[in-house]
Amino acid sequence: MNARTSIEQLLPSLDQTHLDHLEEEAIFILREVAATFERPALLFSGGKDSCVVLRLAEKAFKQRNAQGHYEGKLPFPLLHVDTGHNFPEVIAFRDRRVAEMGERLVVGHLDDSIARGTVRLAHELESRNGHQTVALLEAIEEHRFDALIGGARRDEEKARAKERIFSHRDGFGQWQPKEQRPELWTLFNTRHRPGEHFRAFPISNWTELDVWLYIARENIPLPGLYYAHAREVIRRKGLLVPVTDVTPPQAGEAVETATVRFRTVGDMTCTCPVESVAANAVDVVAETLTVTVSERGATRMDDRTSDASMERRKKEGYF
Amino acid sequence: MASNHRALRFLTAGSVDDGKSTLIGRLLYDSQAILADQIDALERRAAGAPIDLSLLTDGLEAEREQGITIDVAFRYFATRSRKFIIADAPGHEQYTRNMVTAAAGSDAAVVLVDVTKLEWRARPVALLPQTRRHALLAQLLRVPSIVFAINKLDAVDDPGSAFAAVREALEAFAAEAGIEATAIVPVSALRGDNVTRSLDVPWYGGPSLLQVLEGLPAALERRDGLLALPVQYVARPHDGTGHASRVFWGRIAQGAVKAGDPVQVFPSNERATVVEVRRAGGTVDGSVAGESVGLVLDRQLDVSRGDWIAAPDTLRATQRFCATLAWLDNESATIGRKYLLRHGNRWVQGRIASIEHVLDIHTLVPGDAHQLATNEIGRVTIELQQPLPLQRYADNRVGGALIVVDPASHRTSGALLVEQAT
Repeated sequence: MNARTSIEQLLPSLDQTHLDHLEEEAIFILREVAATFERPALLFSGGKDSCVVLRLAEKAFKQRNAQGHYEGKLPFPLLHVDTGHNFPEVIAFRDRRVAEMGERLVVGHLDDSIARGTVRLAHELESRNGHQTVALLEAIEEHRFDALIGGARRDEEKARAKERIFSHRDGFGQWQPKEQRPELWTLFNTRHRPGEHFRAFPISNWTELDVWLYIARENIPLPGLYYAHAREVIRRKGLLVPVTDVTPPQAGEAVETATVRFRTVGDMTCTCPVESVAANAVDVVAETLTVTVSERGATRMDDRTSDASMERRKKEGYF
Repeated sequence: MASNHRALRFLTAGSVDDGKSTLIGRLLYDSQAILADQIDALERRAAGAPIDLSLLTDGLEAEREQGITIDVAFRYFATRSRKFIIADAPGHEQYTRNMVTAAAGSDAAVVLVDVTKLEWRARPVALLPQTRRHALLAQLLRVPSIVFAINKLDAVDDPGSAFAAVREALEAFAAEAGIEATAIVPVSALRGDNVTRSLDVPWYGGPSLLQVLEGLPAALERRDGLLALPVQYVARPHDGTGHASRVFWGRIAQGAVKAGDPVQVFPSNERATVVEVRRAGGTVDGSVAGESVGLVLDRQLDVSRGDWIAAPDTLRATQRFCATLAWLDNESATIGRKYLLRHGNRWVQGRIASIEHVLDIHTLVPGDAHQLATNEIGRVTIELQQPLPLQRYADNRVGGALIVVDPASHRTSGALLVEQAT
């Protein structure tokens, strides 16, 4: 849920000082993770929220030199669960950023889980979003990660409104809604038994608008998909389905070329762009201020199935 | 960094049927924080009847089935002048622990009063026990601003008189309880009167609820004077000279610091001088409470997370103290049992030495008791295995707050607000 006020009202006198406070809070949380866990990892998909968290991590742990670049290494690796169905542009972007920063990236491949038999698809083109959980938990077990830093926000979806900043996961990686610990002040209770782990969400209190304002302010690089580009799409049930190898047009459907941008990027089989001419972050801010459909509603085909689908996936350890 | 421009966090206190969820839904709806597809979903659910705004805020499946809300949920909305975070906690005394959670870290409390539940023509008007409880809890937990919102005035036949009578009762109660009521506003969450849009009636010429909220100060710790910094994270960057000078990062709990300041470390008592003050991004001249800084000292000292760096000779170590304890666990508190306590960034062992009194859950009147059960609040004496540099919660929320963790279950069992070091 985002505040929607007109551009003329907000942009000329846009007071971004609240962003300073959000930034400070996020950096505080990131340092808390580094200080209290032995083997944390930062979930990095190349998506906009994880790009913001990555920049915040740089600010938290690195020194800025005279040229304005961040020096040094993060005290933990990056982690990505590759569903095998990610947009190639996003994977390329991910690899480029990691190489530029010289950080260590651990990738959990869903295809490996499928080969191992721990994940079984109903059919070849089934959406892989729901199966990420298994690959994620396997990566956690393999590397013995005790904390995962993610870019989830409370305003994204109802099931996240009650999520803690430090969210406990049991030995099966599961989220138990009735067992979540009350979170008071910044006295985080991160005590746990071996085999259990935590998820940390430093941008919990950020809204979609805050994220874009910060991207604009900090000039955070993003995959090009987030900005207007021409793409072949099919109009299906009010959504624009991108034409990909795993989402080909069905019989009788017309393919058109539209100018679109993605508001979220995920599995190609269930992520849709919206029509847009926003060419950069500032344009996106302007569009976000007048947007009428929530981020997940516009773009995630899987969320449409039910309100409770996110909650169910969280219980299974999805995120 | 501007001090008063961070989001204002306020909690909403009231029962299920007081209209609290509708009020929140109204705040979100009127500030246009609800997006079209969420409205569509509401309309589908309503099937022709007026939209139920309270449904915007129900989250978990179990709750939806039961039709109530449990746990604390966070909602976000913004106006032109301010961003807000709503910490929505259930009002029933069974969920006092959620109100405690919501109150910790909140700048304000909005206590909802349902006028249709009151005999407002009686003299005096009797407020509901839960209204008293919510307000007293907010005061006990030292929420800086308390606002009363009298709701459902659209449903009474003489709203002007009803409002005046209930306001008078609230003012009398506040005076008796020593509560400073920041504002008392009439609202109709259902119709949207005086929530975000002002009311145009002869019997009320004051601000809308939103106007009140926009004007409230965000709670800040003292920025002048003596430094107190709980060390959160120790970094060992290389400065290019081949030496790795350690940097002690933490969020300043109180006061200010600049290069050249003398400091003392707790618990080692070692003294040093600050050589450099860093913020994310580089060296700065100085910093104040609420900001995270990295200090570089002129000596190689053994300082770890959990230690404090402070102005010399200011921190007092305490091993025994009196506090307000809110018990959050399902299992009752056990006197004498070893618990884990977190204060600042340090974990210590401690136990409840004695219970002075427990507050009645309805009236908050102190009474004798030998145990503290779930959702109860009492005054206790705590003994620590190691000394801590405690402060009164009234003076500083970082120095004066602790959580109690059960060493077996790892659950957060209690919240402690230091009243006094003994």
